[in-house]
Amino acid sequence: MGDEVRVPIVYDTDIVAARSEGRRMALELGFSRTDATLLATAISEVARNILIHAREGIITISSSLNDEIAEIVVVATDEGPGIQDVEMALRDGYSSSGGLGLGLPGVRRLMDEFRINSEDGKGTEVSMTMWRRQ
Amino acid sequence: MPVPILKQGDFLIATVQSALSDREVLQFQDDLAERVGSFRSRGVILDVTALDMMDSFVSRAFRSMALMAKLKGAETVIVGIQPEVAFALVQLGLTLEGVNTALDLEEGLAFLRSLTRRRTDGR
Repeated sequence: MGDEVRVPIVYDTDIVAARSEGRRMALELGFSRTDATLLATAISEVARNILIHAREGIITISSSLNDEIAEIVVVATDEGPGIQDVEMALRDGYSSSGGLGLGLPGVRRLMDEFRINSEDGKGTEVSMTMWRRQ
Repeated sequence: MPVPILKQGDFLIATVQSALSDREVLQFQDDLAERVGSFRSRGVILDVTALDMMDSFVSRAFRSMALMAKLKGAETVIVGIQPEVAFALVQLGLTLEGVNTALDLEEGLAFLRSLTRRRTDGR
């Protein structure tokens, strides 16, 4: 069993759409309300990062379920300016946009796996996973 | 959908009824600041029972709203944060520092009444 949804992120209302899709898929897959909320929050954060830093991008949410594991993978991609120093961006308290800098390190704590691929000037891909043993 | 803000004596009660887009959050922020001034309110209840998640944007906005209201002489209390929403906020590293919270509307009202009564007594 599996499902995949692509949500283009162009307007602020798309953030709401993306996180609602994530929550729906998590609940359908049997994740707890708490996990569905953590996932929705993480999606909201990465979707807003797309709008702020890259203006537009795409969030793909896919779910899979087999005998042993239920899994939701969220991939957020944009063709924005990229992240100059990924390690720095993952440090608590750092922000490039003048915020309080709780963005990416906070998101990493909400999910089970979290990876960033970014090249200066060539966009960013954030990939994060939440899973549950059956 | 705009957030309704009701006047109840010296207090304002704002009930968030569904997920808000960023623009709606900012609109709500302006509306509330304006009402606190025009109604000379002493307290604000921000009821978020219907919110199934609060991310960094919305929690920062609510915190600013509480601080803005305070500068206008009104105390704010956020009520109805769902347990899983609270859990996600903590994981994210957001603690709504300096903002009053209460379990529900009833406790929020009791809290505001005790605060404003103490203030009047002290005069």
